[in-house]
Amino acid sequence: MNINFTLIAQAIAFSTLIWFTVKFVWPPLLNAIEKRQKEISDGLAAAHEGKMSLELAAKKNEETLSEVKQKSTEIIGQAEKRASEIVEEARNNAKSEAERILVGAKAEIAQEVNRAKESLRAQVSVLAVTGAEKILAKEIDKTTHADMLRRLAEEL
Amino acid sequence: MAGSTYNTPSDYIGHHLAFNEVSFGDHPFWTMHVDSVVMAIFLGLVSMGLIWLVARKATAGVPTKTQAFIELLFGFIDDQVKTSFHGDRHAFVAPAALTVFVWVLMMNAMDFLPIDIMATISNQLFHVEHWRNVPTSDINTTFALALGIWFLMIFFTIKVRGFSGWMHELFCSPFGTSVWVWPANFMFNLIEYVSKPLSHSLRLFGNMYAGEVIFLLLGMWAATGVAGTIFGAILGVGWSIFHILIVVLQAFIFMMLTVVYLSMAHEGH
Repeated sequence: MNINFTLIAQAIAFSTLIWFTVKFVWPPLLNAIEKRQKEISDGLAAAHEGKMSLELAAKKNEETLSEVKQKSTEIIGQAEKRASEIVEEARNNAKSEAERILVGAKAEIAQEVNRAKESLRAQVSVLAVTGAEKILAKEIDKTTHADMLRRLAEEL
Repeated sequence: MAGSTYNTPSDYIGHHLAFNEVSFGDHPFWTMHVDSVVMAIFLGLVSMGLIWLVARKATAGVPTKTQAFIELLFGFIDDQVKTSFHGDRHAFVAPAALTVFVWVLMMNAMDFLPIDIMATISNQLFHVEHWRNVPTSDINTTFALALGIWFLMIFFTIKVRGFSGWMHELFCSPFGTSVWVWPANFMFNLIEYVSKPLSHSLRLFGNMYAGEVIFLLLGMWAATGVAGTIFGAILGVGWSIFHILIVVLQAFIFMMLTVVYLSMAHEGH
């Protein structure tokens, strides 16, 4: 147990070894580890961000869906309303058309009746005159009673 | 004395505890323990070289198993340094702590090599009579490490506080700035400065030296016959297992003290 030159030799070896470690061993290890740590934390942050944006997108999706649903119900309601309107209109049109046709027919019928009446009246008056002629041939002079006969025919 | 027989237990122990020395001067200081220096440099090159090889190709992507192991070690040291050092630890303190821990651990771990087999190998293969495998059971090694840390401590104190700041601290703490307490302050600080490297180095040396001596004492059971050899082997296994704890713990303590001393140099009291 004596102190000798070994001490100096070992001290030189020691300081060289420390210098070597400080210069060449520690920095690359530190570099690699810190880089990996950064990569991991970046990755975690990115994952978090992705999750957030996914949530946001899902929310937006839901909103859009409900909006679309509401719009579609609105459109369907409008269409139904429009359809019933069209049906009502058609019905009204048909009714008025029918009335119009009915009125026309009635008028025609009345005309027809009038015409028939007219011709009937003429024929009856002729018939009556002929009948009366036949009856009165014997006693009435056609010319003297013509005025009375004409008035009779007008009354029919 | 290749394949030598030992006459007395002290002969056996003394032979195993002798260093491989070279002298290049008259004064006893000018001798060097070749075994300690060669083993220390060899272990330093192997361990830090291996870590360097991994660190050189370290990727930020998925690490290989070797890189993962080195990173585990890195993280362990970094965590330890983080708790006691509050500055830019990556500039010096943390890599220094890594060096100290790995190197001391490797040197301590040489205690697991079976002493007599290693002695036979060094005798027969390398033809050296004395060869000690554990550099940290040489007081010169532990003292070299502790003194290295000590000088770093003073260097960082002066770097952070300036020379005048250091002088002020030497004379004006812990008792106050009055001129009358300057001698007492200085004595206090002197004791602290002397005791730090002593306790730092002797703790490691004592543990490793004692461990080696106990292995030697257990090895001597072999001199009592077959039953004694088996008994000694069982005890040796037990001590080895317990020694795993001591080896790692002492390396850890040495590293922690290094970090604490350097942290104290960076921060005011």
